[in-house]
Amino acid sequence: MAQKSINEKLAILSDAAKYDASCASSGSTKRDSSDGRGLGSNTGSGICHSYAPDGRCISLLKILMTNFCIYDCVYCVNRVSSNVERARFSVDEVVKLTIDFYRRNYIEGLFLSSGIIRSPDKTMEDMVRIARKLREEENFRGYIHLKTIPDAAPELIAEAGRLADRLSINVELPTDQAVKEYAPEKSPDQIRKAMADVKLRQIASKDRSHTGKRPPKFAPAGQSTQVIIGADGANDATILGQSTRLYGSYGLKRVYYSAFSPIPDASSRLPLVSPPLQREHRLYQADWLLRFYDFQLHEITDTALGGNLDLDIDPKLAWALAHREGFPVDVNSASREMLLRVPGFGVKTVNRIIATRRHRTLRYEDIARLGASLKKARVFITAKGWTPGGLTDSADLRGLFAPPPEQLSLF
Amino acid sequence: MKRIVLPRLGVDTAWRDAARACLAAGMSPRDVTFGQGAAGGLFDEVSAPPVVDDSRLSVPKSFVSLARAVVWHTDADRFDRLYSCLYRLQRERGLMQDRADPLVQSLRAMEKAVYRCQHKMKAFVRFREIGDPEAERRSFAAWFEPTHHTMEPTATFFVKRFADMDWRIVTPDVTAIFEGGVLRFAVDLPKPDLREDAHEDLWTTYFCNIFNPARLKVNAMTSEMPKKYWKNLPEAAAIPRLIAEAPARARAMAEAAPTLPPVRAAKVQSAATRGAHWDGPQSGFAAALASCQRCPLHAQATQVVAGCGPDKAALMIVGEQPGDIEDLHGRPFIGPAGQVLGQAMQHVGLERDRVYLTNAVKHFKHVVRGKRRIHQTPASDEVEHCRLWLDTELLRVQPKLVVALGATAAMALTGRKGPISGRRGKVEAGRDGVPVLITYHPAYILRLPDTAAQSTARDVLMRDLAEAKALVAE
Repeated sequence: MAQKSINEKLAILSDAAKYDASCASSGSTKRDSSDGRGLGSNTGSGICHSYAPDGRCISLLKILMTNFCIYDCVYCVNRVSSNVERARFSVDEVVKLTIDFYRRNYIEGLFLSSGIIRSPDKTMEDMVRIARKLREEENFRGYIHLKTIPDAAPELIAEAGRLADRLSINVELPTDQAVKEYAPEKSPDQIRKAMADVKLRQIASKDRSHTGKRPPKFAPAGQSTQVIIGADGANDATILGQSTRLYGSYGLKRVYYSAFSPIPDASSRLPLVSPPLQREHRLYQADWLLRFYDFQLHEITDTALGGNLDLDIDPKLAWALAHREGFPVDVNSASREMLLRVPGFGVKTVNRIIATRRHRTLRYEDIARLGASLKKARVFITAKGWTPGGLTDSADLRGLFAPPPEQLSLF
Repeated sequence: MKRIVLPRLGVDTAWRDAARACLAAGMSPRDVTFGQGAAGGLFDEVSAPPVVDDSRLSVPKSFVSLARAVVWHTDADRFDRLYSCLYRLQRERGLMQDRADPLVQSLRAMEKAVYRCQHKMKAFVRFREIGDPEAERRSFAAWFEPTHHTMEPTATFFVKRFADMDWRIVTPDVTAIFEGGVLRFAVDLPKPDLREDAHEDLWTTYFCNIFNPARLKVNAMTSEMPKKYWKNLPEAAAIPRLIAEAPARARAMAEAAPTLPPVRAAKVQSAATRGAHWDGPQSGFAAALASCQRCPLHAQATQVVAGCGPDKAALMIVGEQPGDIEDLHGRPFIGPAGQVLGQAMQHVGLERDRVYLTNAVKHFKHVVRGKRRIHQTPASDEVEHCRLWLDTELLRVQPKLVVALGATAAMALTGRKGPISGRRGKVEAGRDGVPVLITYHPAYILRLPDTAAQSTARDVLMRDLAEAKALVAE
């Protein structure tokens, strides 16, 4: 077999990596290279250097070290039983590519993942070597995200956490049962234990020793995970239940939802339908409500028919429509908690309303200037010069927001 | 009206100094106008800022940071609007917090536009290598067309990021040049003729392959990467083709018949399972316990928390279930309640490594509230399912006495329910004949509201443990 060129390898190994949704480069420690001895910086907030036509941001060079894999996960394009073309980058090739892309301002850093070759330890060892070379030989101060392999030795995970900004371990599917069925070589226990281990190391890295010395930072941008939506039969309540548990147990920064998308050379065991993008979108909205809007899980899932979120309207609007007895709320006097529940108000809008109403009584026109989406909010609020009248209680209120029903085609 | 002419470079400090002087001189926004270049109104009289003592002026911090951004906007009125706001601020001290004021709101909108433009500049500048790639200090150059005058305020970002190389970013008005570690600016340099960089092909390859044709969302792309930027982005040339081919590629994937696994698949997999050290020998008590799925608790907890202690021990202490810390570490009695127990044991002279410590239920049962996991008492059927493991431990360790901490442990060991208050301090018969001394669970002590009650309960726990020590010593 002829040696593949870098270009060919890059094509294969970025194609293999695209099903990982995460591309975040935010939330790490601030650092730069103004001392003139290194390359790169991290401002704390991420930068998206490009956008692909699938609407996803491209912030990092997201590649697999190799797409050879000894596992046979049904949903994965790189499973051992798939016929996709295989390739493997050497350590130096990944390092050079990362530095060359970074110097041209194409990327914020590297997101490195890998198929499992030979053994989990061997694979993790190579990935750590890449990160070490970037940090120690190239003095690279940009962002590094390493996908950790749950079964790898603790020393390797410890070193990975010292070199990388973020570690992630994918839970892959919403239930243990589904993991067993679709990813037979992976163990949900092992994945949870690995996440607990990362959390404990993060806690330990924040403890000063008795001399007041701070231990080295461990994955300062935290850990994240990804779950595939729509490959198994789990409903949204199950998926969000799992996320709540993961956030609560392991202090994850993010749970990414990835709509199961057709892959080349798919397994006969999984139906190839177009990916449930709308469902994915609603799950992210619900996830946000849980994390930033003080919603409890049951409040979101109670209104979900069959445990699934309404695809036509967003989960906050669905909650508001089911709890109209609490509306309309007066923007000039309502509590912060209640303002956060108004559809069309975001956290920033609510903060601005609270800051501004100390100075004046808010009129309807003012609310729009504060960044609210009045198309949704107007039914649920009163302000000086505005009351929704009977609109809040009208029977066909949902029809105002949901897309019109579609006539099914007979043919 | 007086017109104050501001320079092309360093307009942020120039405007600030001029505005402070005008304000200190008491000039109203109707008396003065600011601008770059000579073009002004017909009756404007070009003038230098007045020279007055402005040291007594005070301006809110939020205005200073707003002005520092707005000066880079392209709107010709930006300086005058800022001055109007500054002037009003002397009388309306709370003006900056009033987000609904039309003037403040328009300035905030300009500030946001400048920040966005800066952000897009950081994202979309594309360097081409103009020097020798093997040189000690590599050199790069870029041509960029920002919407606002953002080269000057954004240059420090590039300095901090690319400090170990030489670079220049040329824009239609201002050029930033960084050579040998020194930054300088120039104005009105022509668009440079940059040779194509071989890495642009690699980058485009990456861009094309990271795109998933099954999830086409063109609007999501263009709202964040507007077309006006495309002409200077090497990867953007591929976009029309990617969009055009996406539906057919997605259809082809869906229609392709499943293929047979390659021949090597079976070989790789069998080799993998043979040499698998991650699969471990699945024998023995520990392994069986670790893979327990007798009740649904296993799917919520991180791991089984097995008992710990010597294989044979005269005394066994049984708690309810692992807590948050125990669940993360996989070891029993190391959380807050475990520490209370440890202190009590130490106080009465019970050595931890000579006592077998375990729980009635081996997985952590909890509910999540926000970012915390709140303990939940295990249900009786969960205790019942887990009794298999407790019984096995009892058989193996063969203690002379078991201490039950709290009602759940007491129930698991004696088979009898009932509040602790009436049973505490007494020895009951265990299911299989081993005597069971019942006492408080240390977590109960921690939940008591006042410290006096806590210290009484601690004393009781210690007395019971001393009693247990005496009983096993007999």
